[in-house]
Amino acid sequence: MNEGLIIAIIIGISIASVPLIFAAIGELLVERSGVLNLGVEGMMIVGALAGFVIEFHTGSSFLAVLAALLAGMAIASIFAFLTQILLTNQVATGLALTLFGLGIAAFIGRGYSEENIQLISAIHIPLLSDFPIVGPLLFSYNPLVYLAFFMVFLVWWFLFKTKQGLTLRAIGDNHDAAHAIGHNVIRYRVLAILFGGAMAGIGGAFLSLVQVPIWGEDMTAGRGWIAIGLVVFSSWQPFKVILGALIFGGITILQLHAQGFDVRISAQYLSMLPYLATIVILVSLRMRDKNKTNRTMPNCLGRIFHSTS
Amino acid sequence: MKYQLEIQNITKSYGDLKANDDISLSIKPASIHALLGENGAGKSTLVKVIYGSLQADSGQMQWCGEGYSPKSPFEAREQGIAMVFQHFSLFESLTVAENIILGLDDIGLDTDFTEQIIKYSKQYGLDINPQQVVGDLSVGARQRVEIIRCLMQNPKLLIMDEPTSVLTPQEVTDLFITLRKLAEDGCAILYISHKLEEVRQLCSEATILRGGQLVQNCNPQDHNKQELAEMMIGKKLVQLARSNITTGQDIFSINNLSRKSEDMFGVDLHDISLTIKQGSIVGIAGVAGNGQDELMELLIGEVEAPADSLIFKGEDVGRLNPHQRRQLSMFFIPEERLGHGAVPDMGLHENMLLSRPQKSEMTNYGVINWQNVEKLTQQVIDDFKVQTQSSKMLAKSLSGGNLQKFMVGRELIQNPELLIVSQPTWGVDAGSENNIHQSLIALADQGSAILIISQDLDEILTLCEQVHVLSEGSLSAAVDMEDNGLEKISNLMVGSEKQ
Repeated sequence: MNEGLIIAIIIGISIASVPLIFAAIGELLVERSGVLNLGVEGMMIVGALAGFVIEFHTGSSFLAVLAALLAGMAIASIFAFLTQILLTNQVATGLALTLFGLGIAAFIGRGYSEENIQLISAIHIPLLSDFPIVGPLLFSYNPLVYLAFFMVFLVWWFLFKTKQGLTLRAIGDNHDAAHAIGHNVIRYRVLAILFGGAMAGIGGAFLSLVQVPIWGEDMTAGRGWIAIGLVVFSSWQPFKVILGALIFGGITILQLHAQGFDVRISAQYLSMLPYLATIVILVSLRMRDKNKTNRTMPNCLGRIFHSTS
Repeated sequence: MKYQLEIQNITKSYGDLKANDDISLSIKPASIHALLGENGAGKSTLVKVIYGSLQADSGQMQWCGEGYSPKSPFEAREQGIAMVFQHFSLFESLTVAENIILGLDDIGLDTDFTEQIIKYSKQYGLDINPQQVVGDLSVGARQRVEIIRCLMQNPKLLIMDEPTSVLTPQEVTDLFITLRKLAEDGCAILYISHKLEEVRQLCSEATILRGGQLVQNCNPQDHNKQELAEMMIGKKLVQLARSNITTGQDIFSINNLSRKSEDMFGVDLHDISLTIKQGSIVGIAGVAGNGQDELMELLIGEVEAPADSLIFKGEDVGRLNPHQRRQLSMFFIPEERLGHGAVPDMGLHENMLLSRPQKSEMTNYGVINWQNVEKLTQQVIDDFKVQTQSSKMLAKSLSGGNLQKFMVGRELIQNPELLIVSQPTWGVDAGSENNIHQSLIALADQGSAILIISQDLDEILTLCEQVHVLSEGSLSAAVDMEDNGLEKISNLMVGSEKQ
């Protein structure tokens, strides 16, 4: 394989991992606060549609991304209201949210499936981007790619370097104790859920604005679920999300290239690879840690908080 | 005279139950004031009202002579009120330092804090490592974290809910030095305890509650322990003593039991040996975190023991699971009530059923006979005076002492041939402690063997005729109590700490 192909593969892997990084880092913060939101897939698809529609009508990439963010938050706010105020079961509500998101996006998106938009272009920094190898590898991506990696850093910094982040982790660990000390459990959780929605929305928009310039109602293709798996894979550590996303992205790209190289395995089997790999990784991770108590998992994950008790 | 805190005619009801009925008390500045009462007397409710977690239905409070009605713990803390909770309000996945920071409102993460914690912990003899994760700490160490968290707020009033129940005698002495020093520095202390001897040593005033009502405000030093206890429970206490001990054959032995702990903060057990005769009560004293948890896991069967290291009635039980051991009439009461001893979200009757051996009157070919379950649960509730509205109440809704009574009763009603119990009276008030001790003695008098692992030296000395000390994972030989026994035990207990 020549140099150019290797660079192309690496760039491909990075780009394939970005939507997962967005969705997973948002979900990671949500789960750290003790809430399990299984609606990631739904929030992503709504973000993908909102981004596509606004890009199509205004031509402004900035507005498109902003719209995706707000759409993700809007869907998340339904979840926040139901689970935090009305205290519904988080698993059921999250599943319903995914179904709702997929349904409403397919419905609104009917008129757009024939349309085309302009992809968000990659940045070009004079000199730096022109540098051989390093230039294309590090300095020639779409701005959202950098944003994704920056968000991981930001979430890590928030969780481990700020008092609010510490409080959020404490709430995820023991919401009754946090309440007893006087912290507002519900406010923290609602804000975390909204952040998770915003991230999932942008992650979805990355698919429709950067990866493929068309709208398709199944374009998230289970990435929301992979993102939830990645949070577990990362043991709730932000930087490990990148690792997991790159592995998944890598297998996705390799699978594409394998088809290009005329590997004699039918395409359907190759398309299964990333999902199969996710399962294998999750299981092997558990096997390895079987004997250790899993301290990273928030103790209150998915548990309902009654503020009166 | 201006009081630090004055409480006038506070009433608080939960439905029909009056948890606090017209209670008044006054705390002088820089005094140590005891709040005495049995479980369910209304101490916790009163304290929550003071700390702002609950609002009273009627009545007023004055703080430094001014009206005071906190809506939240934040407001209480702003005024300078700090509290050590009975049910720990710690975050298990966070470190000691992080836990302490969370309780302090005006401190951010950037402040270098570790040194300050170490300074306080040395100053007050509260030994903790700020970087350790709380989930790995023993109950005793967790309480030390709570206490330090409060002390670092420089409070004007410190509320302490049963602070000494898990401390060693030396630690209690150290804590009292701390508290007296704090009081000298101008901090009033509201000291909730059922250990009357301590209250008499430490406190100059006492408020006694019973059944939600005020019994008396008095000076505890004017009364002896018996009088205080009787005021508290409203009846006479039974004097405890094992009169004629008749021991039979060896029933249970631990032979050269060693265990390497998988947990990095765990304690390895070295070569532990012990023999228990029928009808005897054997005690294992020692400071928490010296291998008690690790030993208990092996005894219960949560972790398998090596071959021939645990022999019960001549049978090697080391590889049996807890349920199989119960079938052989070995019963257990673990230290951690919620989660280990009982399922918090299940009713008492369901918890009753869960620890049953297979062949019992509660099931019929695997089908539950709820009538019998109910009947037996009710019997435990009645016999052990568990205060609960019904046998279906969730385990977690009971106070610690009440749940402990239930769990002791649940095992005793089976007439175990061997009972292994860890911290039988932790957080339990005087009246209930008396009850639990009486029932343990009665069980031994019937010929059953009992092994007690406890940090409460008084308890061990009252009940046990054979005492061992667990220190850094090693068990001492039985201590000869005839000749300076207490001193020997104390030396064995602290010996490890000085190394």
